[in-house]
Amino acid sequence: MKKRLGLLGFVLALIALVAITVQAQKTENRLANNAAEQVYVAPGEYDQFYGFFSGGFNGQISVVGLPSGRTLRTIPVFSQWTENGYGYSEETKPMLMTSQGFIPWDDSHHPELSQTDGALDGRWIFINGNNTPRIARIDLKTFETHDIIEIPNAGGNHSSPFTTMNTEYVVAGTRFSVPIPQKDMPIADYKSNFKGTLTFVKVDPEDGDLSIAFQILMPGFDYDLAHCGKGPSHGWCFFTAYNTEEAHTLLEVNASQNDKDFVAAINWKTAEKCVADGKAETIAANYADNHMDDATGIAINEMRDSVTLLDPANCDGLVYFLPTPKSPHGVDVDPTGEYIVPGGKLSATLAIHSFSNMLKAIDTQDFTGDSYGIPILNFDTIIAGQVEKACLGPLHNEFDTKGFVYTSCFLSSEIIKWSLKSFEVVDRVPTFYSIGHLMIPGGDTMKPYDKFVVALNKITKDRYLPTGPELVQSAQLYDISGDKMQMLSDFPTMGEPHYAQAIPAELVMENQLRIYPLEENQHPFATKKEADVKVEREGNDVHVYMTAIRSHFAPDNIEGVKLGDTVYFHVTNLEQDWDIPHGFATYGMNEANVLIMPGQTLTVKWTPQDVGVFPFYCTDFCSALHQEMQGYIRVSPADSDIELSWSLGN
Amino acid sequence: MKMHALVLGFLFGLLLFVGLNGLAQDNSGLPKGVGPISEVELAELDPALAEAGKASFEQYCTACHKIEERYIGPALLGVTERRSPEWIMNMIINPDVMIQEDDTAYELFAEFMTPMANQNMTEEQARSILEFFRSNDAE
Repeated sequence: MKKRLGLLGFVLALIALVAITVQAQKTENRLANNAAEQVYVAPGEYDQFYGFFSGGFNGQISVVGLPSGRTLRTIPVFSQWTENGYGYSEETKPMLMTSQGFIPWDDSHHPELSQTDGALDGRWIFINGNNTPRIARIDLKTFETHDIIEIPNAGGNHSSPFTTMNTEYVVAGTRFSVPIPQKDMPIADYKSNFKGTLTFVKVDPEDGDLSIAFQILMPGFDYDLAHCGKGPSHGWCFFTAYNTEEAHTLLEVNASQNDKDFVAAINWKTAEKCVADGKAETIAANYADNHMDDATGIAINEMRDSVTLLDPANCDGLVYFLPTPKSPHGVDVDPTGEYIVPGGKLSATLAIHSFSNMLKAIDTQDFTGDSYGIPILNFDTIIAGQVEKACLGPLHNEFDTKGFVYTSCFLSSEIIKWSLKSFEVVDRVPTFYSIGHLMIPGGDTMKPYDKFVVALNKITKDRYLPTGPELVQSAQLYDISGDKMQMLSDFPTMGEPHYAQAIPAELVMENQLRIYPLEENQHPFATKKEADVKVEREGNDVHVYMTAIRSHFAPDNIEGVKLGDTVYFHVTNLEQDWDIPHGFATYGMNEANVLIMPGQTLTVKWTPQDVGVFPFYCTDFCSALHQEMQGYIRVSPADSDIELSWSLGN
Repeated sequence: MKMHALVLGFLFGLLLFVGLNGLAQDNSGLPKGVGPISEVELAELDPALAEAGKASFEQYCTACHKIEERYIGPALLGVTERRSPEWIMNMIINPDVMIQEDDTAYELFAEFMTPMANQNMTEEQARSILEFFRSNDAE
């Protein structure tokens, strides 16, 4: 009896054990397979992060919710945007003015969120225009471009617009060195004669207005990327420099000769002192300084005629070169501010600089030479550690809160995770395919939100349904909360996101402006009530003071316009409710439609080409009677004597 | 049977008509609508307040409303006799909810087919517009 009981007990125990094991396995499988759950945002729920992805060759910024990967909006920055009339309306055209005239396109690379005390503050986002060197500031209350400043004495504003830890400055470095000042000279005389500049753009702490504080004149290398110090290294910025060979042709061979190139360490506090002490010179320059006037909603284009230029030869302790393998691309500073981590793209070994070692080497003048008078620090002294056989083609680094670095590796198409203590790789995951930048929310600040890492890939191939020869760029999202990175999702992106940044939603969503209050509208052509609508002639210009509300324009019948006139429709949206824009377009218009937000006035220009009666209408479906929101404008022969008249209703 | 239903329907309709009519005449029993305004104390007409209300009305409301004739929305003469002061202010401040939850507001939406615009009016502005309507109706 006892024996049988014991046997029964044993069997029961065995069953229990098997059951527990099976259950444990199930749990593990669930954990491993809950990717869909982690990226799922239920209907009506919000994403945890706003992601800002540069548009690359589309010149804009895409706003992408994370973790869902849903595109929420496109912010037009450097390129005209037919969707809402940015760069087409009379109010926004001045934003795209440069020393080279009206430039309706640029190549936007690196979004950079503003910071306070080294952490994201949700006020603004900056982005560089690479081709015609510019920096833009977008206000995160409206998600609209508020400033664009042109960078003179520069070619290819690539190492930009990285910020200091309190957004004192955003920086701009020339990827392409050029004659400074520009002049007509043989390209073959590049060496020693072409120069680079590193520009420090002051950000007004109150209104965010951008102005050029000073430019530093540098040897004619290619200044590729940058990041500024934080904590102990606050006061310094670091720029990678490749093509230290100063090649001007076939760079893929000729600029890949040196085993080590440089990271240029700039002490901007010393620069400030030298400028204050009169050691800089003011030189002639011609560049645009554009900003949005909040009261009128009209962008203002101002041209500047000089800039402060600082030669390192006249300012001791301003610049040092940190020898860095090989043709480095990114340079990133860890959250403690101690480690300066370059991406030596042609070297499989990562060499990490120590900021405190760098200071010691400067202090003891531990130099191995100089380049154009700029001291070169001793590589062996300043190095903190090296990650051997890390990966192929390391480009960029972002950081978590636990002392790990995540490095994107272009050639081997992977992200590696490695330790700043042991300098050993602890994990690696594949990306699809050929990753450029990577991004952790807050991953270049002192306070990373280390939940996810996003891979921004250059090659897409077979990831999505094929769409002819051209494919959108792909991105992948990985969970980094555990020891192992785990891929969660794969989503398409617009243009070519070179870099992205992300910020917790609560730091931005509470500040959103919902309407422009009508009583604060100081646009000179605003019409704040229907009784005030009118049409006025000034020579061949006809100004229509028009209002829009669900569901009519006032006036909606206009006569007395003549062939040869230019008509300006100044449309004020009288609505004061969130998400009720009206659109405006008329037949044969040579611009794009304008999308007018509640309380806003926008102006679109129309030059009629023929005699006739032409319709205009609301382009944004606004109500059940949206299809009725239309009107006519009559264009008479140039010599007719029909007086201007306008009306609405009978 | 058919005859019965007809008579019953007629009687019911009559009752409803009489009932509604009675309600309309008793101003204090008018529905107050849905929104933040639950009680408005009306005093003697305040001409300065009515003047402020007229200015707000002209700025924010005239694109859709006229006093004496139907426009995008209904004519507003006599509105203080048709509706309670609370209903009027709730319709100004809280139109999005009103057209969904208040029967009269919904019927008006169905008739005019354009939703009453939310012009982001404050309670003070709505109160002054109410005073402007009262001054119109007193004339």
